Amino acid sequence: MIDALVHVLLLFALPPLLLGVIGKVKAFFAGRRGPPLLQAYRDIAKLLRKLSVFSETTTWVFRAGPIVTLVAIALAGFLVPFGAPSAPISFAGDMILFAYLFALSRFFTTAAALDSGSAFEGMGAAREATFACLSEPALFFVFLALSKQTLSLSLADMLGASSGTLSAAAMAPLVLLCLGLFLVILAETCRIPVDDPATHLELTMIHEAMILDHSGPLLGLIEYSASMKLLVLESLFLSLVMPFRSGVAWIDWALFALESLALAAAIGVVESVMARLRMRRVPYLLTGALLLGGSGFILLVR
Amino acid sequence: MPLELIIVAALLAAASGLPSLALPRRSAWGQRLSVFLLVLAAAAGLAGAFAGLSAGASEALVLPWPAVGDSLVGLDPLSAFFLVPVFLIGALGAIYGLGYWPAGKNPRTSRRLALFYGLLVAGMALLLIAREAFAFLLGWETMALSGFFLIGLEDQREESRSSSIVYLAATHVSTLTLFGLFLLWRSVTGSFALERAASMSMGAMNAIFLMALVGFGIKAGSIPLHFWLPGAHAAAPSQVSALLSGVVLKMGIYGLVRTLSLLPGIPAAWGGLVLSVGAASALFGVVFALAQHDIKKLLAYHSVENIGIILMGLGVALLGTSSGKPELVALGLAGCLLHVWNHSLFKSLLFFGAGSVVHATGTRAIDRLGGLGKAMPWTAALFLVGAVAICGLPPLNGFVSEFFVYLGLFDGLVSDGAGLAMAAFAAPVLAMVGALAVACFVKVTGVSFLGSARSPEAEKAAESPATMLGPMYILAALCAFIGLAPSLLAPVLDSAIACWKGPLAASATGAVANELPRIGTLVPLRQVGLAAAGLLVIAALTAFLFARGTRLRGGARAPRRPTWDCGYAKPTSRMQYTSSSFARGIVGMFAWLLRPKAEPERIQGYFPEEARLHGEVEEAVLDRALRPAFHGMESLSRWSHRFQQGLTQQYVMYILVALVLLLCTLLPFDRILAFAFGGLGVAP
Amino acid sequence: MVDLINALLVTVLVLNLFTLGTSRLHSVIRIVAAQGALLGVITLLMHEHPTFPILLSAAAAVLIKGIVIPAVMLRSLRSAEIKREVEPFIGFLPSIILGAVATATVLLFSQAFSPHGNGMPSLIIPASISTVLVGFIIIVSRYKAITQVLGYLVLENGIYIFGALLVEAIPLVVEMGMLLDLFVGVFVISIITNNINRAFSSMDTRRLASLKE
Repeated sequence: MIDALVHVLLLFALPPLLLGVIGKVKAFFAGRRGPPLLQAYRDIAKLLRKLSVFSETTTWVFRAGPIVTLVAIALAGFLVPFGAPSAPISFAGDMILFAYLFALSRFFTTAAALDSGSAFEGMGAAREATFACLSEPALFFVFLALSKQTLSLSLADMLGASSGTLSAAAMAPLVLLCLGLFLVILAETCRIPVDDPATHLELTMIHEAMILDHSGPLLGLIEYSASMKLLVLESLFLSLVMPFRSGVAWIDWALFALESLALAAAIGVVESVMARLRMRRVPYLLTGALLLGGSGFILLVR
Repeated sequence: MPLELIIVAALLAAASGLPSLALPRRSAWGQRLSVFLLVLAAAAGLAGAFAGLSAGASEALVLPWPAVGDSLVGLDPLSAFFLVPVFLIGALGAIYGLGYWPAGKNPRTSRRLALFYGLLVAGMALLLIAREAFAFLLGWETMALSGFFLIGLEDQREESRSSSIVYLAATHVSTLTLFGLFLLWRSVTGSFALERAASMSMGAMNAIFLMALVGFGIKAGSIPLHFWLPGAHAAAPSQVSALLSGVVLKMGIYGLVRTLSLLPGIPAAWGGLVLSVGAASALFGVVFALAQHDIKKLLAYHSVENIGIILMGLGVALLGTSSGKPELVALGLAGCLLHVWNHSLFKSLLFFGAGSVVHATGTRAIDRLGGLGKAMPWTAALFLVGAVAICGLPPLNGFVSEFFVYLGLFDGLVSDGAGLAMAAFAAPVLAMVGALAVACFVKVTGVSFLGSARSPEAEKAAESPATMLGPMYILAALCAFIGLAPSLLAPVLDSAIACWKGPLAASATGAVANELPRIGTLVPLRQVGLAAAGLLVIAALTAFLFARGTRLRGGARAPRRPTWDCGYAKPTSRMQYTSSSFARGIVGMFAWLLRPKAEPERIQGYFPEEARLHGEVEEAVLDRALRPAFHGMESLSRWSHRFQQGLTQQYVMYILVALVLLLCTLLPFDRILAFAFGGLGVAP
Repeated sequence: MVDLINALLVTVLVLNLFTLGTSRLHSVIRIVAAQGALLGVITLLMHEHPTFPILLSAAAAVLIKGIVIPAVMLRSLRSAEIKREVEPFIGFLPSIILGAVATATVLLFSQAFSPHGNGMPSLIIPASISTVLVGFIIIVSRYKAITQVLGYLVLENGIYIFGALLVEAIPLVVEMGMLLDLFVGVFVISIITNNINRAFSSMDTRRLASLKE
């Protein structure tokens, strides 16, 4: 019971802090002080208070997009363990539900983008749809490898395993999988080198272009669900990379929160250090992620 | 009792088209009468099918047919399972046709449509209950030929004519292969009855398997035997396309499942082959679908993809059989069969939606549509439901069947066996297929129904009549039902997969029981259903709260403004993203397979008035392999034309030459030789 | 009797060569008519005691082959207004030589063909085969439709001779059937000849090759 409550608290309260951390790290690299850590909370709250303006061409799909995204990602968040050995919702095969919930959110986001009837949004939607085709199989390779390693079919079991099951023999494939998963995270959350979240040139946008016409509370929901997506994907990665579990609940949760902030900082570092890839190179990067995942899996299964 | 119901239903369906022949052409009552008869037949058929499913056992009847020495029909849960979509989609399609293809507007074709539609349904019912080769082939051919007439219904259009000819050629190759299959079956087992064979040589089993794969594969539309599908399903009227895509393809699957369930033992290589064919069909089907501009061709290629998923499920089941793992068999077969039902539901829904679009705008080209969601809100919403379902997204039914297949693959990975681990590579392929399907259906839904109208035809659209919307509502409700309450289907699936006990028993190694585990214990259906229901409820609640919350604050209605256009002075609806632009990234990634052709018009001058770009992707197997092969054969045989000059004298001369040659055989050669050599003084 | 029949058969062979050699259509028609009538007489002579059916069939043969068919053909010729055959594929003189060579070859090997004894005229088989060959030569080498049907008639005559050998008495029905067959064939070809003439303004059947594709 307590586990579930803490899980809900972490899931709903932590995400905007990640955005703040990333912003601070990027500002540090740029020699600025940057916005305060809690700025994202204030931005989302401000947006929720504002009035919406809708385009004449839109229908109910436009409004449904952000709502479905939020609900889907929140539900996906319930499937992964946050530092605890188990997740609030878990059953055999829930990793498939996890992946397909992301697909559901992507469906409605891209549909909402096409609903506005703008060429920019269509472009963003097209790019998002294209890159997802490569990142989904990469994610599944990671799931397959984890499943084979831990001989279980549920995300909580796969990720909540203690350090015992990840032996030295699994190191090499694990490195490959982690690298592949990191690239998938960058792609799904639209970070550099796949997409630049701070650009204002519409022709270079992917995620930002899709939300050009959203305003007010819906935009706030979108920003919020984007950060929640980051947290959920990070938790996948963290369970792979740092399977140290002390066994005490409070310490594990705090550890998890700190680790996720650290990972956000790492993402910030990656964003500051690299430039965004040319658009036609992005499929190559993602194919690389796919191959990394596949090689990791093959090494594990051999 | 259930079997008699099915037989009555089949006869009613076959006769449903006949009354309208007696009535005048434009009579609406003729059409209504045939629809009524078909719905009656469907009611009887569905009752019989569900009774057969719950009964669990099978019953048989002798079909008196003196010419072949009496045939046999019977009903077992597997046949009953496949009978459900036959009658359901048949009835719904007929109701849809009342609004879509009214007799008053189509005097030339509506009676033909009613007649062959009924025959199609009856033929499928017959082949599903056949227990003997002749009845099976009778049903098969009735289905194939009715399909031909229905596809070529609008024979004034060149497209219909050529598609129906290609379809006919393909289906007859399939029938010929089936003839070979049944003859081989007879020679190996000694009778034409479709009963389990006791034992068979490996060579015979392989031959039967390959012939079944080819013959049924052509009908099911798996790669590379799918070449007839896109043209045929696009040219037929939409309710016929729904029936063809949703049900007729599944007859091929039924044949494959039935044939394999009759064989004694299944080698591992077959499972791998079927799994690979399924994965390839799924991937290539969806990639080709992405490149289409025509809404119905796109849906047809998607059928290829879903047949691929069904075959993947079957492949998992075969792998489970050969390695003696009942859980894999249950999961794979349940996934295969459930996806048969699911696909028939949502594909028919989508084809009805596409038909509504064609009915309202008169065009099938996606790039000329747009903004239909405002003119046809219900159709748009139902099409969206179908799109979400076909992508396999929770909370609808597509997710449940793909879940089964995934679980089967993961299960095979987790339990020991390197071969099964290699099969797990199919899971990322399926994931990629899922992502591509999402891209494809966002494209279709977004470009057709969302945004603004791209052409005058789209602007004139209006909502469809109730006869067209009604069947779509029913199908969408069924999709939601299966997605939200999948555990209710567990007993149905259990009885349907019981047909596979035989092969499992034959291959079982060790002390594995020859009982198949219940689906409910293998798959957490309740949790999946709960998750889906939870998703739906929470989303609805959130939307409701949101709407209330934003309305309470301020009170003003949200203002409507034009879409952000980056300050462009005169935006038009043609500037929106088109379907080809949306798909361009993925088409580029798969260009090595699709080989798209584009003919750009060079833009002249500094202020060009108008430009044109034409792009298309041709049907790979048909246009790049089969047609060139046939042209090549034609040109090779052209040398024989020189024997045909058109002069009767020449032809008579051929006869004369033959006659003289024959006469010469009567000549006394010994005496000629003696004469010749004797005259020259040389001894013979 | 046998010698008389042999002599008449030799006449038939000579008439064959005449049909090969002449280009005047009227002559060819009359020669073929004479040949047909002659054959009717031969069958009559074959029987020692002719019964009524045999008399009837011989009379029918003479009537139809000798009078009716030529009349039909002459009438169609008159409406088509042609008089002469064009130079055939083989040429008139070479045709005669070819026909003669064929006849000679067949006669040379008649030993191999002829039945032994039983009082049959020994020339029947060689005559029939050579008449058939001559009929074929005419069909193959001539261009006008009328001439082709004449070649067909000659072919029929040859087969008729063979039939006279095989059966003691051809049943009346079969005989009538054969004659009807001939009559209808000629009738049809006369109509066709007129149509060809109207369509192509000539009776040259090479024009028909344009219908090939």
